Amino acid sequence: MKPSLVGALCAVAVMGAAFAQTPRKTVAKPAPQSPPVAEAKDAATLEFEKFRAEMEDSNPAELFEMKGAEQWKTKRGPKNVALAESCDLGQGVGKVEGAYVRMPRYFADADAVMDAERRIVWCMVEKQGFKFDDIAKRPFANETFTPDITNLVTYVAGKSRNMKIDVPLKEPKVREAYEIGKEIAAYRAGPYDFSCNTCHGTDGKRIRMQNLPNLSTAKGAMSGVQGWPGYRMTGGVMLTHQWRMGDCFRQQRFPQPKYASDAIAYLLTYMIGNANGQVYKGPGIKR
Amino acid sequence: MTKKIFLAAAMAASYLIALPAAADGDYRAKAIAVLKKDFQPRGQASLDRLAEDGLQAVCNRTGNKPPEYMVKQLEADQLADVKYPADGKLMGDWKSGEKLAQSGRGFTWSDDPGLPVGGNCYNCHQISPKETSFGTIGPTLYQFLKLRGTQPDIQKYVYSKIYNSKAYNACSDMPRFGHIGALKEQQIKDLVALLLDPESPVNK
Repeated sequence: MKPSLVGALCAVAVMGAAFAQTPRKTVAKPAPQSPPVAEAKDAATLEFEKFRAEMEDSNPAELFEMKGAEQWKTKRGPKNVALAESCDLGQGVGKVEGAYVRMPRYFADADAVMDAERRIVWCMVEKQGFKFDDIAKRPFANETFTPDITNLVTYVAGKSRNMKIDVPLKEPKVREAYEIGKEIAAYRAGPYDFSCNTCHGTDGKRIRMQNLPNLSTAKGAMSGVQGWPGYRMTGGVMLTHQWRMGDCFRQQRFPQPKYASDAIAYLLTYMIGNANGQVYKGPGIKR
Repeated sequence: MTKKIFLAAAMAASYLIALPAAADGDYRAKAIAVLKKDFQPRGQASLDRLAEDGLQAVCNRTGNKPPEYMVKQLEADQLADVKYPADGKLMGDWKSGEKLAQSGRGFTWSDDPGLPVGGNCYNCHQISPKETSFGTIGPTLYQFLKLRGTQPDIQKYVYSKIYNSKAYNACSDMPRFGHIGALKEQQIKDLVALLLDPESPVNK
């Protein structure tokens, strides 16, 4: 049986109406004058890499790690409990060494697969008595505000510096999260028909000058993991991996993923799981 | 909005009847359920964007490689959707086209829906040699006239391709700019000129 043309046109009309926009004049950017050379991009990238290497002696992320370390051991929240005495990140209560590179993982007490940020939020809610909605209202940093959760994640991530990624993919619940995450990465929808894989499913592609890692490979996945949480020099803001996932969906023209949700945990399981065996260098610096 | 989702879903179903072994994998079904549960509308990005239209559903279920007979039907349907200018003129002004090609804005939750939407062209394509910051997801379009200009009905092809890329490659990575109402007739004409006008820097 063949699909009907009438049906197709019907859907066309519906989709067209749903995404109709008012046309206006566009703003032009001044164009550089030199002829096109593919190596130009790499020159820009190299320059940044050099700058980042110079910055590494005084990595701004360390300031956030220090704040997070303080908050980790301080009694806080309505229950006046420290995370250090109550929060199990998968390595035992209060143990942070190596915890970041072994998440996402399945936590039986929450009956959920959780990435590091989601797990710390869970501890803040369940152990310290903070309200989830209060945390989720402003979960990410901006130019004037850094939430506690950002400091805490950066601290925990720093305690996995130079360790190998080791997401427990053999655990059945984690494996299922990985497989669902893989499907989410392939799911095309929205006005532009984009999926994660449109940009991140093939080697050697870029948008403008920005190199696009292929998240289905170990090396590509690792470059999507490396440097997060990251201090973004544009605006001077400390941002987490959860934030980065949301920003990808923004550019995919999707609606916004809910904070600390299954969707992000599963996608991170797919991505970080693909990076298993690669060395994580700790919180970094981003353009 | 519910009605739109329903129609899009019905549309997807009408294609998928024609697709053998189209049963959703377990993980895919779970992924869709998770997407529906875990997203929230923001700005202009409403939740109906999570629903697949018929073409997206086929591409998603076949790893972007539908069987040949379906490809033909899908492409024919997408081509039938293209609306050509009433005056029959397909070439506009390449200078306006270049400006439009530069802009990557539009449709994100942080974009003001009242502001103009860009062509997003340089995000993925090399075009004018004067712009060295170009993406590589799509093929280079530099020297387009020289490389493709002898093809019959080339203007009509370029107009249709920008209006609905899927008319020529059912699961193309490229958005359907006319189909979704992102670019209007004159804007598409200007982009056609950017690629085909002998005076355009693309062809110098």
